[in-house]
Amino acid sequence: MSEFENRRELEPEHLLQIDHLKKYFPVKSGPFRKGDQYVKAVDDISFSVRRGETFGLVGESGCGKSTTGRALLRLIEPTAGRVVFEGEDITALPAKQLRKKRKDMQIVFQDPFSSLDPRHTVRRILEEPLLVHGIGSAQERQNIVNKLIDVVGLTQSHLQRYPHQFSGGQRQRIGIARALSLQPKLIVADEPVSALDVSIQSQVVNLLQDLQGEFGLTYIFIAHDLSVVKHICDRVAVMYLGRIVEIASTAQLYESPQHPYTIALLSAVPEPDPDLKRERILLQGEVPSPVHTPVGCAFHTRCPVAVDICRAKRPELTETDNGHQTACHLFSATFFGRKSHLAKSGL
Amino acid sequence: MIQPVLQVQNLHTCFFTDRGEVPAVDGVSLMVNPGEVLGIVGESGCGKSVTSLSVLKLIPEPPGKITGGSILFKGRDLVPLKEREMRSIRGDSISMIFQEPMTSLNPLFTVGDQIGEAVRLHRGLRRKEARRHTVEMLRKVGIPRPEAVLDEYPHQLSGGMRQRVMIAMAISCNPELLIADEPTTALDVTIQAQILDLIRRLNEENGTAVMLITHDLGVVAEMCHRVVVMYAGKVVEEGAVCDIFKNPLHPYTQGLIQSVPRMNEQRSRLFSIPGNVPVLYADMKGCRFADRCPSAMSLCLERLPELREYGAAHSCRCWIHETQEDAV
Repeated sequence: MSEFENRRELEPEHLLQIDHLKKYFPVKSGPFRKGDQYVKAVDDISFSVRRGETFGLVGESGCGKSTTGRALLRLIEPTAGRVVFEGEDITALPAKQLRKKRKDMQIVFQDPFSSLDPRHTVRRILEEPLLVHGIGSAQERQNIVNKLIDVVGLTQSHLQRYPHQFSGGQRQRIGIARALSLQPKLIVADEPVSALDVSIQSQVVNLLQDLQGEFGLTYIFIAHDLSVVKHICDRVAVMYLGRIVEIASTAQLYESPQHPYTIALLSAVPEPDPDLKRERILLQGEVPSPVHTPVGCAFHTRCPVAVDICRAKRPELTETDNGHQTACHLFSATFFGRKSHLAKSGL
Repeated sequence: MIQPVLQVQNLHTCFFTDRGEVPAVDGVSLMVNPGEVLGIVGESGCGKSVTSLSVLKLIPEPPGKITGGSILFKGRDLVPLKEREMRSIRGDSISMIFQEPMTSLNPLFTVGDQIGEAVRLHRGLRRKEARRHTVEMLRKVGIPRPEAVLDEYPHQLSGGMRQRVMIAMAISCNPELLIADEPTTALDVTIQAQILDLIRRLNEENGTAVMLITHDLGVVAEMCHRVVVMYAGKVVEEGAVCDIFKNPLHPYTQGLIQSVPRMNEQRSRLFSIPGNVPVLYADMKGCRFADRCPSAMSLCLERLPELREYGAAHSCRCWIHETQEDAV
């Protein structure tokens, strides 16, 4: 296990590596009691992100995808685990150094209405990160801001205006410009297009892709819309109740999903094609409470193919196919008699 | 010919604001046939929700007002009706499901009280009978342990459950028309699939006509028989669901369909419609879509095209097709 980790750490292509990240929120059950119960928002997840790729985190509300995005930037402090960014463990960094490190890692928020300060002009909003990090003279900062606004497809006349004077799509462009202002290496995009109309959504998706090419950015793209994720991401991790159930390249995940949850999730997406008649897997019931996560596999309460072991033992994320990892007992080596096959490939 | 359940003719709904008159619904005509699922699609601000609220006369007045047109429900015009008469229709023969189930349920009453209210009011059922009826409704919409849920408050339920409660409330008087305004927008995909399945079953089993308002083309393709596409307060295209997706006539519909990323194909770039939805004001000239339209002509900026039929029950509001027809 540790040998495997060490090997991964040495690989220079990985910009970011998450090891056993956990984030528990205490539940206050009374005025004098606290901390005897926890919401396990992120429950022991590991993955790594390659330089220049777009890594998707998908799942339904409450699965912990946004918490993961925030915890890996230390916008909220992780409960346990390590976040290694360019070979440096940022979970151990003191506040001052962390702030410097943040230049390289930025975030774009979902709601373009509440993430921009209504009392500041766009110029001020875009200049603020530069001021905080003491970059450039006033003149240089002005030049940077002028350039930024062009890059995201707005004009310099927009700089004097206030956020309320813009439409949702334009505000999201401003949010993206702000994230770009410090020339980061990594951008965590937390549902950046969910609040936008279809025709505007495609504009912003295209913009994100253009910027990635232009500035060599690495994205962590958090979303619940599986068709957008398919379009923009290179690799995708599917989360359920604070755990990763499957990680694969986009092609692998969409063409041959392995985890029953992924399969059901993909089949639930309505397709804009009236001729398409698909066998839909309707999941029964709802996501269980993250305070009382089911014993064993978290998905077993809704899983159409669950067996006894699923109710007893939590499945580990294991590699089932070239880079394709699944946390499901039914896909583990022994169950499908794949043992010999997998043994040959060195696992 | 069968009488449509709902026939909206040349509906105008305006909002009178400080910045002037906003024609949110500007001459909309549409109809819903018995047993049909009609989809109304469009982006935010296109007037699809205002249209649906107008049908039930739920437009806050002031600032809004239905300034013209008629809304025929089984041949009877709802526009001149008094509030008292509307009340006897709402929740009885026409009912509505809203987008946000948390804000549309009353937090101070139990689920049972809220669902039972409709049958007690419209059907004159007694408390006990209403309770029995409510349990049946909750069971119908697939709520587990209905007897217990009956005495729970909305905050004790999840989003999907609340939406089921809304639906139970809407169907408790077995309405002839169900208006669903973005019923699944606030829900997750797997829950959305459950709710859509439920609405489809109601339509098929009870023959309830459904007017489904949504911005999600995937939902439209899966649920609807016919589609009305709206843009800036006007109907720009109307037709059978297959015609709309296979052979969209209006440049806006074409752009909208192309800009949705698909699961079954990979494109390097998404199509996008440049610009934003226009701000509406009174006496707008020309086609509302002209400034974003890839094939706009000078004529488009000056005069508004008519909604015209170009095939079996497929109509479109665009000059391109009119001029082509003239040439032929």
